[in-house]
Formats: sequence, C-alpha cells, structure tokens
Amino acid sequence: MNSKPAAQSAAVETTYREAVRQAIRDAMLRDDRVFLMGEDVGRYGGCYAVSKGLFDEFGPKRILDTPLSESGFTGAGIGAAMAGMRPIVELMTVNFSLLALDQILNNAATIRHMSGGQFGVPLVIRMATGAGKQLAAQHSHSLEGWYAHIPGIKVLAPATIEDARGMLWSALEDPDPVLIFENVMLYNRTGRLPDGADAVQIDQAAVRRPGENISLITYGGSLWKTLEAAETLAKDGIDAEVIDLRTLRPLDEDTIVASVSKTRRAIIVDEGWRSGSLAAEVSARIMERAFWNLDMPVGRVCSAEVPIPYARHLEEASIPQVPQIVAAARAAMGV
Amino acid sequence: MNDRSEKPRLTREHVLDLLRHMLRVRMFEDRCAQLYTQEKIRGFLHLYDGEEAVAAGIIPVLSDQDRVVATYREHGHALVRGVGMDSVMAEMYGKRDGCSGGRGGSMHLFDAETNFYGGNAIVGGGLPLAVGLALADRLQEEGRVTASFFGEGAVAEGEFHESLNLAALWRLPVLFVCENNRYAMGTALEISESETDIHAKAAAYNISSEAVDGMDVVAVETAAKRAIHTVRDTGKPYFLECRTYRFRAHSMFDAQLYRDKAEVEEWRGRGPIVRFQGWLLENELAHPEDIAGIESEIRAEIDRVVAFAEASEWEPVETLTEHVYAMEAAQ
Repeated sequence: MNSKPAAQSAAVETTYREAVRQAIRDAMLRDDRVFLMGEDVGRYGGCYAVSKGLFDEFGPKRILDTPLSESGFTGAGIGAAMAGMRPIVELMTVNFSLLALDQILNNAATIRHMSGGQFGVPLVIRMATGAGKQLAAQHSHSLEGWYAHIPGIKVLAPATIEDARGMLWSALEDPDPVLIFENVMLYNRTGRLPDGADAVQIDQAAVRRPGENISLITYGGSLWKTLEAAETLAKDGIDAEVIDLRTLRPLDEDTIVASVSKTRRAIIVDEGWRSGSLAAEVSARIMERAFWNLDMPVGRVCSAEVPIPYARHLEEASIPQVPQIVAAARAAMGV
Repeated sequence: MNDRSEKPRLTREHVLDLLRHMLRVRMFEDRCAQLYTQEKIRGFLHLYDGEEAVAAGIIPVLSDQDRVVATYREHGHALVRGVGMDSVMAEMYGKRDGCSGGRGGSMHLFDAETNFYGGNAIVGGGLPLAVGLALADRLQEEGRVTASFFGEGAVAEGEFHESLNLAALWRLPVLFVCENNRYAMGTALEISESETDIHAKAAAYNISSEAVDGMDVVAVETAAKRAIHTVRDTGKPYFLECRTYRFRAHSMFDAQLYRDKAEVEEWRGRGPIVRFQGWLLENELAHPEDIAGIESEIRAEIDRVVAFAEASEWEPVETLTEHVYAMEAAQ
C-alpha cells in the first residue's frame, strides 16, 4: 500500500465519488449476480450522486429503487445473498442503518454461526458516514466503531481514492457480510487514480506516511486531517508515522504494533465518540501487545461527547481537527 | 407434489400421512418437554402443541426446491419439511450431530439440504429474509416459492409491513403464513391489534389473502394448495392466515396468568389431532389399529433419536470460533 502510482501519465484525475461509481459499475459488468438496491439509487442517481447513470446503463432489474424500508430491504439483501446473488445494499447513511440494525446484527452477522456453517451471507452494505456538512445530530453519526464490535461482519473504511475504487470488488468476493463506510467529506475529494486500478486487499492497514517519532493511527475521513497534522509536525522536527486502518474489523494488529514498537508513542484519531470507541479498542490492543515498548501513555483525539450540533463553529469543535491532532502529538513528544 | 387439484384428496394413504405428520410433531415435542424437565434440553423451548395442522397442511404441498423460513416455534416445520428427526433432537441437546452443529438450539434449526432457512428468534425478523430469497429467485428466474411462517405477534412489527409491501411491489413469489394463535407471548390479539381480522391487512398491500381454520388439517391443506398454486402461477405473493391455538405455555417459563384454563380446555377439545383422528374413525378412513400402528412407529423413532442424541458427541470447545466467518483467518 506504500507504493506510489507508477507514472503520472498512467493516472487519471478523478473524485472519490467517481471511484465508488466505477467500482460499482465494474462489479456489475464482472458478475451478473451483482445488483444494487437502496433508497434513490436509481432514478434519482443516489443521494450523494454515487450511482448516477447506472440506472440508465443497467436498468431497473439491477439498480433497484427501494421504498423507505431499511430493515425490509437490508433483510431482502441478506436473503438474496443466501440464495446465490451478490447484492450491494446502499443504506444512504449510517444514520438510517439504525433502522436496519436488527437485520445486520441478528441475521447477517449470525446466520453462518447459528446454522453451523450451512448458510453464508455474501452481502455488501455501503453507507455514508460522518459529520462536517452541518446536518446536525441525526445526520452526522460516525458509528463504524459500533459495527466493528460485531463478530460475523467485516467493516471497511476506504479513505483514499484507490480504496474507494478497489475495496468493493474484494468485499463482493468475500463470502461474509461486509459493511463499507464512505465518509461524506471524501466524496468530492480529487486525486489521481492509476490507470487500470483494480481490487485491493481488505486485510491490512496501510502506512500512509512513514515516520520515526510517533504513530498517528486513524481511518476514514480523519486520514487527511491526520496527514496534514503530520506535515505541520514535520516543520517542528517531529517525524510522525500515519497508519490508515482501512479495515476496522478485523483489525490489523500487526501493522499497529510494528509501528508503535518503532516510534514508542501513539495517538489514535477517531471521529467516533471517545467512550467505547474504536480508538479505545486500538489503545487496548497496543497495551496488550506493545506496552513495554511505549514511552508515553497512548493518546486519543475523538469526537466530543455531544450530539453533533448544527452551527458550523460548534460542529467543527465537536469532531477531530488538525490543531487538536498536532497538540496531542506535541504533548506526547513532550514539546 | 404436482397435483394441481385443490380438492381434498382423501385417500386412506393420504389421510394417514397427514395424521402421521401431526402425531410425529406432537409426540416429538411431548418427549422434548420431558427431556426439558430432565435438563437434557436447556434454553428456551417453544412448543407447537395445538398448531400442528398448519405445518402438516402446508409444507408437504411445497416442492423440494421451494424454501421455508420459520420462527422460533419451528420444530414442527422442520420435521414436516423432512429435516431428520435425529439431527433435530441432537440440536435440541446441543450436540455436534445437531442440524446446526449445536450452535443454534431449539430456536435455530437450519438445514440447507431441505432449503430450511431457519428458526428466527426475532419476531418479524424472518419476513425480510423470505422476501430476499424470493427476490433472488425472481432475478434468477427460478420458479420457486418461499413460504414464510410467522405468528400474529409479528403483524405489529414494522418488518411485517415492509416485507408485505416489498413482496407485492416487486411481485415476489412469497407465501406469507400467519399462524394466528391469539397470543403474542401473553398479550391477547385484542390488546395488541386495532384490526384483529389479520388477513384483511394484506389487502392494503394488494395481496390476495384468506383466513382458514388452522385446527382443521384438511381445510389448511386445501387452502395451501390454492395459495401455493396462485403464487406459482402468478409469481405474486399470497397471504394465508391460519387461525389456531397454542395449548401449552409460550415457553417453559410461562405461568399462563393471561388466560383461563377453561379456554385452553375448550380449544383442546377441538384440537387438530383429536378432531381429525375422530373424523377418520367415524368415517372408517382409519381403524384404531392403524393409529396405534402409527403411534408405535413414531414412539420407536423417538426412542431411536433420543439414543442418537445421547450418544452424540459435544462439539469440542476448540472449535468455538468456527463458522463466524467462512475463513478462520478473518477472526
């Protein structure tokens, strides 16, 4: 994951949104069993315009507009997956996924185990996540960490355009249910996607910036803030290593432990609330496996313990931002 | 089962089959209740006692390719569907030879071979699954029917309404079977539903429906044939309400404070087995020795499966985390 794109000429400028669309389109072309269903994915083109044009290309049998029945159509995705299809269910946003939680937790995550391995659920569920668009408390949740609590599912958080393009196919090939969380602040992000970009592995974290002095561990929408913080720290002579978890369940402990054992300091940046967060889990794993390599307690930069407010300055103050990450890293370095 | 006739086919052989299905479920569960008091079976145990005519009347009308989604009161559905009684009993014990490898128990019987998609222990949780199975069949142009069983308690759940709407909207081959036993645990129908004529609700989703006396196996079978033929011919869903009654407690932990003993006794008097058996004898479609013969065969089968479950091994604890993901590495 460290490799740079081969040559500038062999890359195209694109957006995260377009990368997700290309991933869906590619999957539909590769495998007849793949279909997309969700609220407004067809005629409307997707709430975040991710599936724009796909209805015209693939028709109503493969791009299914659903009623507002999150539990119903998520359960239908589970049933269809059990009967041989490879559905992509779009839940529009993580906020609405709560209406489908029964199906995700009680059916998708349990059926393989409850049936003694007789039935599997090769289903992909995509949804937008995160705050930053002034949508207030009911439309700004970051619950990836919650979902990562559940055995039986896998949880992905593509932060880069390569991962937005490449994770979907790997998720569809997985025999178990995979949830993909796309941070809303990333859809407009532009970048260069190597020509012929294809599936990527979904088992390992990535070192997005190698460094020697401190490990900044993050995922999803916070990756870019963390990388920016690392550049600020570099000006102070602090060489931060930035780890992008990519897969929140199962966690790639080895990459985390290797990094922390080298830098001896760790800050976890997580847009979830601090209490019971994924950051808490990562911290505990570091304690379990790298405690004696630490020079400082593990630090965390998480969201404030508040329903995300509407007003811009309040919203900004409630989720991790670059200055907080920089400050936490400096404190850990004792400067 | 390609018989397209909806008329009851009351040959001696057929009526004895219907009776055998019901007796097999009843006697199996009677033994389960005993085994529960002996602590051989633990956890929740929800008995189908009184409702046997529903599974016996409907499931044999389905073809082998059709699919069944059931509830946590599903021993009867599994047995009638053809899940081996030995593997069902071993599952009740929590043994490795159980149909779910001892990981499901009474409420989660699964069997891929007979397209039995499980007992589901969240009320209403199986309906969206049934819709999805039927959606896959529609997309893959398979002529299968998915039968989705649920109690009248599920009718109050949002998933019920979402599922009926989706099935009708997308023209999916689902047979919705409401087993209306009048009590959602201890809550009577009258105090949980504003409209107690449950099958009438299907009309709001443009789904054809009917209600049938769920204590009469012949009536259930006749309605099931009509319903399943309609689903197969039209590709559209159909709603069958079977009005029935649960003779025993909701589970083994239920003191039944919510209903009179007299009410239970009255329903017992028109129980599906006693009534059908009486009718067969009266009309000389069966003789007492036929019934005694069937009962003794079933008793022998039950003795065999109890011995099988007793002898079956426990799943080694080292395998605890198997079947969470397809590949061990994902743990």
